Order: sequence, then C-alpha cells, then structure tokens
Amino acid sequence: MTQGFLVTNRSVRWFLFTLALFTAVIAFGSEASGTGIFSTSLVKTLGKTLCLCLIAVAMDVVWGYCGILSLGHFAFFGIGGYAIGMWLMYGRTEGIVMTSLANQTIPPTPQEVSDAIGGQIFGVVGSSEFPLIWSFAHSLPLQLLMVVLVPGLLALVFGWLAFRSRVTGVYLSILTQAMTLALSLYLFQNDSGLRGNNGLSGLQNIPGFEQTSQATISLVFFLASAAALALGYVLFAWVVAGKMGSVIMGIRDNEARVRFLGYRVEGYKLFVFTLTAIVSGIAGALYYPQAGIINPAEIAPIASIYLAVWVAIGGRGRLYGAVIGAALVSLLSSWFTGGGAPDVNLGLYRIQWTDWWLVLLGLSFVCVTLFFPKGIGGLFDYLVRKPS
Amino acid sequence: MTSLLEVSGVSKTFDGFRAINDLSIQISEPELRAIIGPNGAGKTTFMDIVTGKTRPDEGRVLWGEKNESLLGLSEAEIANRGIGRKFQKPTVFEDQTVRQNLAMALKNPRGPFAVLFHRKTPQGAQRIEEIAAEIGLTDQLTRTSGELSHGQKQWLEIGMLLAQDPRLLLVDEPAAGMTAEEREKTTDILRRAAQTRAVVVVEHDMEFVRRLDCKVTVLHEGHVLAEGPLDHVTSDPTVIDVYLGRSDA
Repeated sequence: MTQGFLVTNRSVRWFLFTLALFTAVIAFGSEASGTGIFSTSLVKTLGKTLCLCLIAVAMDVVWGYCGILSLGHFAFFGIGGYAIGMWLMYGRTEGIVMTSLANQTIPPTPQEVSDAIGGQIFGVVGSSEFPLIWSFAHSLPLQLLMVVLVPGLLALVFGWLAFRSRVTGVYLSILTQAMTLALSLYLFQNDSGLRGNNGLSGLQNIPGFEQTSQATISLVFFLASAAALALGYVLFAWVVAGKMGSVIMGIRDNEARVRFLGYRVEGYKLFVFTLTAIVSGIAGALYYPQAGIINPAEIAPIASIYLAVWVAIGGRGRLYGAVIGAALVSLLSSWFTGGGAPDVNLGLYRIQWTDWWLVLLGLSFVCVTLFFPKGIGGLFDYLVRKPS
Repeated sequence: MTSLLEVSGVSKTFDGFRAINDLSIQISEPELRAIIGPNGAGKTTFMDIVTGKTRPDEGRVLWGEKNESLLGLSEAEIANRGIGRKFQKPTVFEDQTVRQNLAMALKNPRGPFAVLFHRKTPQGAQRIEEIAAEIGLTDQLTRTSGELSHGQKQWLEIGMLLAQDPRLLLVDEPAAGMTAEEREKTTDILRRAAQTRAVVVVEHDMEFVRRLDCKVTVLHEGHVLAEGPLDHVTSDPTVIDVYLGRSDA
C-alpha cells in the first residue's frame, strides 16, 4: 500500500531524497564525525529547524488542507517539550544528588534522595515538594507516553468542545489563541509545578550519557529530528493523498456540502486536529533537548502566529511548501536577529536588522499574501508540469 | 405507493417572519414532484427542515416505513438515512477532479477511520463510470471540477446525489442559468432518477416544470396553496392570483 503510494507521489520521493542528501552532508561535516566543517551549534540550529519544519507540516494539514486556522499548535509543541524536559531534568538532578550523597557514611533513605532532588529542582520557586504531575518523571517510557498523550488529550477535549458547537473561522482561531495564552499564563505561575518563568533548563544533558560530548549528542538529535520529519511527512502525505484528503479538503472548501453528503464533519476535524497536535508534541520533544531550555514564553500566542506565517509564506496546501517556509523564515530570523546580517548605513539612519527584521518579515508576509497567494511552494508549479 | 416522507403541520418563524406556516406535504416512492412558488414562499426553508439544517418550531417530519422522526437528527445522519440535497448554486469541490467528487459521494462507510483506510474497489470505479455516463461527464472524469461549465457543475452535483444512492432527492432550482439544451438534458436525468426513487424539484421556471410532467405543489407564504397536475393548479384562480397572474403581468 505504502509502496504504491510513494510511486504515485513524486513530490514525496523528491522531498525524501532532498532531506536524505541534506542530512548526509550535515552528518558528514559535523564535529562528531571528525571533519568539523559545521560547528556543533550549527548542527543544533539545523536540528531545531527540522523540528520546526515538522510542526509546520502538521500546521499545513490542519490549516492548508482542512481549513482550520489553529493559532494554538505551539501549545502542543511546548507540552511535548515540557514532558520530555521533566524526565531530562529529573534524571540529571538525580545523578548529581546521588554523586553528592554517595560520600555520606549512612546511606540515604529514598525519602532523603527524593527531597534532595526536589530541593534542587524546585528551589528556585521556593519549594522542594514534587507536584503530582511529576509522578512519572523518573521513567523515560512513561514520560515519552506523556509526550503523545497530553497534547493528544488536550486537543481531543478542546476540539470536541469547539467543533461540536460548530465554532469556525476567526472565532475558532481566537479560541485557540486563548488556549495557548491560558496555558502560557498558567505555566508562568510558580505553583504550576513546572518552575514558573524559570522553565526547565539543562535539557541538553542527557541522563546516562554524561560522558558523551555535546557534538555527538547534537548529531544524534539532528538525525532523530530528520527521521521524525521524514516519517511525519510521509504520514501526512499519505493521509491527504487518499479519500481522507478529499474529505478534509472538501471541509475546507464547503463544509455544508460535506455534511449533506453524510459525513460527520466534527469527527473529521477532531481527527485532523488531534493527529496534528500529537505530531506537534513529538516535534517539541525533539526540539527542546537541542535548545537546552524551555520556559512558558515559548508557548506565548505569538509563537503560533509565526507558525501560520511560515506556512503562508511557504505555501498552504502543499506539504513541501510548509517545510520550505519554516526552514527559510526561521533560519533567516536567527540570522537577522543573531547579528549575522550586516547593518545597512543610510547616512542619516543605520538599519539594524535586530530591530528591523520583524518589519521585513511583516512586509514579506503581506507581499506573499497579496501577490503570491500560493507562497514559495507555488513556484514549483512553474517548474513542474502537471502530469496529465 | 407508500409514503416515504411525511411533513405535517410544520411551522417555522424567523424573527417574527413566518417562513413556514402549518405546512403538510407527503412524498411517495417512487415519485417525481415539483414544488413551485414565488420568492419567500418557503421552498428553501422546507428543504432546510427536511435535511436537518433548520429545526421547525412545531410539526412532524416522518421518514420511511417505520415513520421515524427526522427532527433532532444531524445533517449527516439524515443524509445517511437516504436523503440527498442539491443546492441552488452549484456546490461541487472545485479543487478536486470530477472523479474525486463522485468518489467522495459514493455510498460507503462515512467514519474517519473507514475513510482513512479506504481502498479503491473495482465496483466503486465501475459505479463512478455508470454515474458519469448518466450525467454525461464520462470524458471529464479527470478534469478539475472548477473548470467545468455551469451546466456541467449542476450535473456533477446531481451525479454526486445519485452516487449517494438516496431514496429521496431534494433538488433546488436545477435549471437556473442553463441553456435550453442543457435544461432538456437535466429534465431527462431527473425523470430517469425518479423511476426508482423520490425526486422533489423546487423550481421557478414554469416551462421546466411543464417538461417534468409530474404532480405539482404550489407554496405560498409557507403554506400549500394547491396540489395536483400542472394544468389543474395553473387553472386554480387563487394560484393565478398569487403567482402566475403576477408573473404574466
């Protein structure tokens, strides 16, 4: 089945080929492989970019194909990051605590160990108690399950309430913004159990791999991100290729018609919303160990709006468009805001890109919307003739 | 002939405007029925009520041998009971091919997971060919439906209804904007469809209704004014007064 699907979808094969080539080049040139052409921080940036591409593909399915302009998918991304971050932080702190307690004459009781770890983690918010949500933090498999379950359940409940009440269009977008804002504000509180505005940090240190260099770890995460993007891309390409794609594009173009054909539109929207939320959570779980830190600002409403901008610039309704948009805009963004772009001296005024990048981004968003509604991905239509 | 759809004593008020007022209509199976009436007579509201888009304030809508009430069911549930609806403006999925449009409408399980793992079957492909032949779009199957002419879109939408294999087709102004030749073809399609199922056509155009050659229901102010063969209702003085007289003047 999948084989036949790959044969009939040329763009999927091209994408996989390009991604494999890119991954091989970066892996070969990374410090871990000994050549050291690309610095470890560059490998991390590229690995993070691949995760952003994955959530952009998910966003394209929910918005570009199904017509639900969700401005809250970064909430799911952030939840995935927090879920894996809890295990990373717990595991690492446990290692440090055990080392320091090892020299004591009387072996520490489990309660003492737990208190010591809690004190280390929650000291910044004036607590040492483990909140209930950290119950599974000691276990990697359980916490990985949370990466999938928590975003999935949140999307299921939120989507069920919203779609059942037939909230659509801009009202739904506002609701999703409210969801991500509420979550972000909640996490900013010190008693949320996730260290308030400090967030979770030191996530680049993987428990059990203390002796492994960051060069190797960054390469492993880069490869894992590339694999996740490839799998996610193939999954979504398969979903939108068949009859499912017909129905969800039908919902985008004329919801009422699909209803009168006998399809329960709510069920389809819920399916798409939840599936994309789960993939967003997985993308987040791969992103934050490479970023090293997660805090509530990451899931502020603006993040999800940027996501929509990437997809719009890259081209809605085509998965490779979302990848191009996310990669291009997020890399350009770090180049401009990271001081990589030289200032432009106009004599009277110096354009400093750290300040002016957002203006440039806004301008290009307006231009794309007005003049290239199909986005950058639309350019491929001119290059490739449609197979008749 | 048994009654397939029984609408009795139905009323609906929108912001004080009585769109439907104590309306009672019975449709048998098979049957071809035309519903005519001036603008605002309640034709579209009648369809909205039967298909579940609008809830009436009072009255009953009963369906099938078991006299099941359709009130309270969702649009999708009603569609799956066997009621297909064609909108006044042709509404096909313009970004998709004619074949995809028909495939989506084919009678198959409608749940998300059944659809996700749906595999094309030879029977399905054959059924699509049959319907395409019926609506005269055999040569257009691979075309994007947005490229079709207005008349072809109307036929495609009728084809999508046929693909659902409904027992009752509700067709809203199928001839609007069509050339004389296209109208003739549309009449043929509808009359053939009505040989095995119930077809209700809402129409403005008297010439088109005459060609359908069927029982006619005249609506006026949300109420049935007259019912019977076209010649009978057109000679009814009240009908002439409220509808025909005006259009002739």
